[in-house]
Amino acid sequence: MTESPASLDEETEPGEEDMPEDDVERLHGSAVVVNNNQTVVHTGKAEYHDLIQSLNDDGYGVCVDLCGVDYLGNDTRSLPVTVTAERFELVVNLLDVQASRRLRVRVQLSEAAPIVATITDIHPGAEAMEREANDMFGLEFEGHPDPTPILLPDDWQGHPLRKDYSMGRIPVQFKAVDGR
Amino acid sequence: MTKLDHLRNRDAVLRMSEAEADERASVVDPDDERMIINMGPQHPSTHGVLRVTMELQGETVLRSKPVIGYLHTGMEKTAEDLTYLQGPTNVTRMDYAAPLFTELTFSLAVEALLEIEMPDRATWIRMLMCELNRMSSHLLFLATNGMDLGAVGMMIYGWREREEVLRFFEKVTGLRMNHNYIRPGGVAADLPDGWQEDVQNILKVLPERLEQFDVLMTGQPIWRERTQGIGVITTEEALAMGATGPILRSTGYAWDLRRAMPYLAYDQVDFDIVVGTYGDTFDRYAIRLNEIRESMRIVEQCLELIPDGPYRAEDRKVTPPPRARIDESMEALIHHFKIFTEGFKVPPGEVYTAVESPRGELGCYLVSDGGPKPQRMHIRAPSFVNLQTLPHMMHGGLLADAIAVISSIDPIMGEVDR
Repeated sequence: MTESPASLDEETEPGEEDMPEDDVERLHGSAVVVNNNQTVVHTGKAEYHDLIQSLNDDGYGVCVDLCGVDYLGNDTRSLPVTVTAERFELVVNLLDVQASRRLRVRVQLSEAAPIVATITDIHPGAEAMEREANDMFGLEFEGHPDPTPILLPDDWQGHPLRKDYSMGRIPVQFKAVDGR
Repeated sequence: MTKLDHLRNRDAVLRMSEAEADERASVVDPDDERMIINMGPQHPSTHGVLRVTMELQGETVLRSKPVIGYLHTGMEKTAEDLTYLQGPTNVTRMDYAAPLFTELTFSLAVEALLEIEMPDRATWIRMLMCELNRMSSHLLFLATNGMDLGAVGMMIYGWREREEVLRFFEKVTGLRMNHNYIRPGGVAADLPDGWQEDVQNILKVLPERLEQFDVLMTGQPIWRERTQGIGVITTEEALAMGATGPILRSTGYAWDLRRAMPYLAYDQVDFDIVVGTYGDTFDRYAIRLNEIRESMRIVEQCLELIPDGPYRAEDRKVTPPPRARIDESMEALIHHFKIFTEGFKVPPGEVYTAVESPRGELGCYLVSDGGPKPQRMHIRAPSFVNLQTLPHMMHGGLLADAIAVISSIDPIMGEVDR
């Protein structure tokens, strides 16, 4: 995890936890920001499942998209002060088809334990997307009904969309080497 | 009541590893008539390389599961290695039947992060081309759907009509597929001279041909027998599974991003959202057929309303300068050089944009770290999500109807596997 003191709001120091956080807007206890006219809710993995449930009750009843992001080496990410940056993020795009509005949930997941509760019990349609996030980033979803590879072969090693995944190159010899 | 309770067939999905299936095959139980068979990935009716594992009892499909990934080529990983200008060449290869929509959603995402304004003409050209692409994509559906259900002649007719549109695309973009025409900052080139006549020609021949399709399929008793009441899905089920596009609209739910969350200039044109009633295979067929007619209405209005002006943003950091300017201006030469060697930088941030593709909501989630290449580019492919409804639609139906159901989802495997 790259530390960057220069970027604003990147990290919350342990000693700063008792600082006033009243200026952060909240929704169901999680910080809300508006980026490019899009509402984004930042949360941690402990509150994630309850948050999705509460949002579902608010009308965000369709999970249109779920994907992982690897922020390894990215020092330009801006997060609310209340959120501790972790290497992985789980991004869930929700849709309210009654009010025609969207909302995005970003969950911070640590490199050591990228495990989070599944939301397939709330949104059955997230099943394939969670399997894909597991393939590509190694994010694990507790309670997933079918945690098998979906796009990758069953015996595939590694998670290709991680930034530290070796792309794999075949060495090419362009001319004969003398004496061999 | 949770959404899971809305799913009538909670056990419609066959969750069984191949080892378990092998084990079960070796156990002989005279009372157990169930068997597991694989359809595909080389089956002609699976539209590419879809494999469906099905549990059958006689001719009835009990549980099933689409097995995908045969066409996975890591396009999201590739995107992280391409500049924003090169990006559309990659994403255009995902949904090869409707490539302009993937280019559009990617370009809209980049433009949202750049915060640049699009000239009106660029917006209208994009809309015109996308609606023509919707027509060609649905014509391809009619061709393959017809063939899957035994109307083999449709294979020829559908491709013939699609060819009219592709010929126009070739004239405008230089290619029949994988156009790389819609790019961040506008479109690659202005419409060629005489494009109005070409479009009018398409609009002139198509209505008559669509009526022939109606005679050949819509009104046909055999066609109706094979499609009506087959593969039924309810609105609650479709929403729970995240299904969008014709699948959701076939259940009678009028959800279309062009109307619900207008992008481009869709709030300035007149068109109707076509919805079904029963959510069956016939409704999904009829919706696509009639959406061709609605797209023609939009194209007609584009012909009248398309404004003059530049076809791409006049932001020299993003779009290359006109060729003539390079000879006289050093700045122009530098901009040109920078765009094509290093690429332009996009401010840090993340954005999700969505457009209504012929298959449903096509989204692009883009994360930029401030460099000339994306940190992460994710495409929300409608076919990938819609395919999850397959076991629920096939559950309890006949094996012969499974073909009709797969066909009616209209999955494009390039987009499913990415």
